[in-house]
Amino acid sequence: MHKSSPTQNRLSQFRRTLFAGAIAASIGLGISAPSLAWEPTKSVEFVVPAGTGGGADQMARFIQGVVTKHNLMKQSLIVVNKSGGAGAEGFLDVKGSVKDPHKIIITLSNLFTTPLATGIPFNWKDLTPVQMLALDQFVLWVNAETPYKTAKEYTTAVKAAGPSKFKMGGTGSKQEDQIITVAIEKLTGDKFIYIPYKGGGEVAVQLVGKHVDSTVNNPIEAVEQWRAGKLRPLCVFDDKVMPYNAKVTATQSWADIPTCKSQGMDVDYQMLRGIFMPGGVTKDQVAFYVDLFKKIQATPDWKEFMEKGAFDTTTLTGDEFVKWLTKEELRHQTLMAEAGFLAKK
Amino acid sequence: MEEINSLMHGFAVALTPMNLGLMMVGIVLGVLIGVLPGLGGANGVAILLPLTFAMGNTPAGQVSAIILLSCIYWGALFGGAITSILFNIPGEPWSVATTFDGYPMAQQGRAGEALTAAFTSSFVGAFIAVLMITFLAPLVAKFALRFGPPEFFAVYLLTFCSFVGMTKSPPMKTVAAMMLGFALAAVGLDTVTGQLRLTFGFTELLKGFDFLIAVIGLFGIGEILLTIEEGLDFKGMTGKMKMKVVIETWKQLPKYWKTSLRSSLIGCWMGITPGGATPASFMGYGVAKKFSPNGASFGKGDIEGVIAPETAAHAAGTSALLPMLTLGIPGSPTAAVLLGGLLVWGLQPGPMLFEEKKDFVWGLIASMYLGNIAGLIVVLTTVPFFAAILRIPFSIIAPVILVICAIGAFTVHSSMFDVWLMVVFGVIGYVFKKLDYPLAPLVLALVLGDRAEDAFRQSMLSSQGTVTIFFSNPLVGSITTLALLMLFWGPLTSLIKRIRG
Repeated sequence: MHKSSPTQNRLSQFRRTLFAGAIAASIGLGISAPSLAWEPTKSVEFVVPAGTGGGADQMARFIQGVVTKHNLMKQSLIVVNKSGGAGAEGFLDVKGSVKDPHKIIITLSNLFTTPLATGIPFNWKDLTPVQMLALDQFVLWVNAETPYKTAKEYTTAVKAAGPSKFKMGGTGSKQEDQIITVAIEKLTGDKFIYIPYKGGGEVAVQLVGKHVDSTVNNPIEAVEQWRAGKLRPLCVFDDKVMPYNAKVTATQSWADIPTCKSQGMDVDYQMLRGIFMPGGVTKDQVAFYVDLFKKIQATPDWKEFMEKGAFDTTTLTGDEFVKWLTKEELRHQTLMAEAGFLAKK
Repeated sequence: MEEINSLMHGFAVALTPMNLGLMMVGIVLGVLIGVLPGLGGANGVAILLPLTFAMGNTPAGQVSAIILLSCIYWGALFGGAITSILFNIPGEPWSVATTFDGYPMAQQGRAGEALTAAFTSSFVGAFIAVLMITFLAPLVAKFALRFGPPEFFAVYLLTFCSFVGMTKSPPMKTVAAMMLGFALAAVGLDTVTGQLRLTFGFTELLKGFDFLIAVIGLFGIGEILLTIEEGLDFKGMTGKMKMKVVIETWKQLPKYWKTSLRSSLIGCWMGITPGGATPASFMGYGVAKKFSPNGASFGKGDIEGVIAPETAAHAAGTSALLPMLTLGIPGSPTAAVLLGGLLVWGLQPGPMLFEEKKDFVWGLIASMYLGNIAGLIVVLTTVPFFAAILRIPFSIIAPVILVICAIGAFTVHSSMFDVWLMVVFGVIGYVFKKLDYPLAPLVLALVLGDRAEDAFRQSMLSSQGTVTIFFSNPLVGSITTLALLMLFWGPLTSLIKRIRG
């Protein structure tokens, strides 16, 4: 057994001091390791600008679960729902928390639609973009007991019935579901009765109960009803089919759903699931969260979650993300102006 | 009897020492959460949700996790009644109707009796709802699907109408209070047009007026202001505080079996549709008042006025879990948070859950039986303790209540603005009581007005503006007719009397 003499002890102590000094010096010179740059010193508030149980809320609570389970952060992550005014409450809260690195927000399309439709003083540029986590798809669904097997058959029936006969159910008003509905109407010249509900799960159940004729639910909102044979997917609003080959029902997988474009309905729309921080935060602080979400995305839990909800797993950070956001904001402005959804000034 | 077999299997899954321990922990936590106004079941479950993430990795762990969370929920349902009865402060929205007779009972020195009645009725309501879940789950899930916007509106209309008919106040005062409630409910985002209403550019008003903050202010703060004026004294300090109270109350409860049964049915129905526990409690109270021979003494401390809303609220709270499990739509905010939990553990609620995760579903159902029995034991043994709180001098307890109210109001949205709002509502509550306006219609309109309006306008959209949609099928037609009957019950009966006599 080796026993260290007092001299050796002193020596190792000296070495330690020297080492620490070297680190301190390197931080001073700005060449430190990134892991030491910044990390949360208290619990982090994770704002969800939507109600409990919806898609964004599910994802936020899932992320919270993964962080806890794999111990990815020393401090805890607390999910807070601020759904007032179609999410305006959450956005304004984060906008008002300038330079607070202990606050992040998950966004959905209401990042663009809410300020445009309500005129609240908010723009995504008030926040610091951190990362695009994924894109949520939209699928055209009908009740499985109806005879429509393809999107074409359905739109033919809508046309034959005349304007304002078929009901389209969706989440919220002047938001993504209605934007898609209006885009379809523009393309086919038909007119739906659009009925807004509070949440996506409710919309799917209303379709099962035949209180509406079709919906544009996100995959995760309707998948269980599909598996139970209650709903039928007709097409996905994307320019390519979804990449998930595993069978969801006995005969079909997500990849078997054709694109709406191939059905003569050229509508392409995905919803952002992204993470933002308040304005005025430092680069190191942003880097911490980018790194955190990289770790989350590497977990098997995350991959399983992506597959279950048939998400588009495109991830963007930094300038690419900003470029994407700028383009997407412009697109929403055009779409909503065409539909007459912009707030009166 | 396949259900019995499945249930027995469920008991085998749920009855482990660890799960029984978690049940007790959950109930105690839940009761504490229920007692603190503002920190409702939904918040409580949300805060404790992360604790269960590590548990949810194995099927057995998933059962344990849901047992812990659902027991917190049961506990909160039980606990909500305590502050309603003792201080006239509803700890939970569904406890508002319990204050109508519970608080007068406490003032008469019968707090122990009221608490025992409330807890026992809660248990009865929950038990009947679990029985229904056990045997009727698939049938009930199908029934819930028949509810579209017109049906929802008819249910809300029924709640409002059964309420208007029952109040003692002059009808115009009731209507005035209700209209103020509707106006407050309209603030915030309008779901149907996506526009902001009545916010006048204040960002704090974006989220509208939260029901909990209004209730804490109107009832809690308002009551304290009144008590201060009347002399710093608690009424009912001399009540009996012994375990004997429990037994004595139990002796008189079987008399009210009709009320219990009626309220249980109302509750189960409202939980499934999903109207939720709050309208269920109001409707239970209103219907009991109408059909009970003692209807006239309601509001003055009648034990039946405690039994009716509590039974209905618990039956609804329990059966609200059914649409969550089978359809994936939560019947209450707490069920919504539980839904989030299920997803994190990798369970997708929906029609397939009953087929694919039998152990989990039946373990949960078995734990509902056990959890409610455990809950009843826990809360009944604490009755003397809670009733004894009334012996503490008012000058000590009032500041404590104020602080708890303020914390509760703050917790709802973590916003300081809400605390000031609570104070404003407190003053309104005080003025209302001084002018003898009823508070309950305001609260009812505030909590249901928004949803009723959405349902009405969704119906109008789908019928393209034709009101006959509310009579378009036997289901919605009979609910609407029942509602109108309830509204005109008073004038109708007096008319019939006049013709006869």
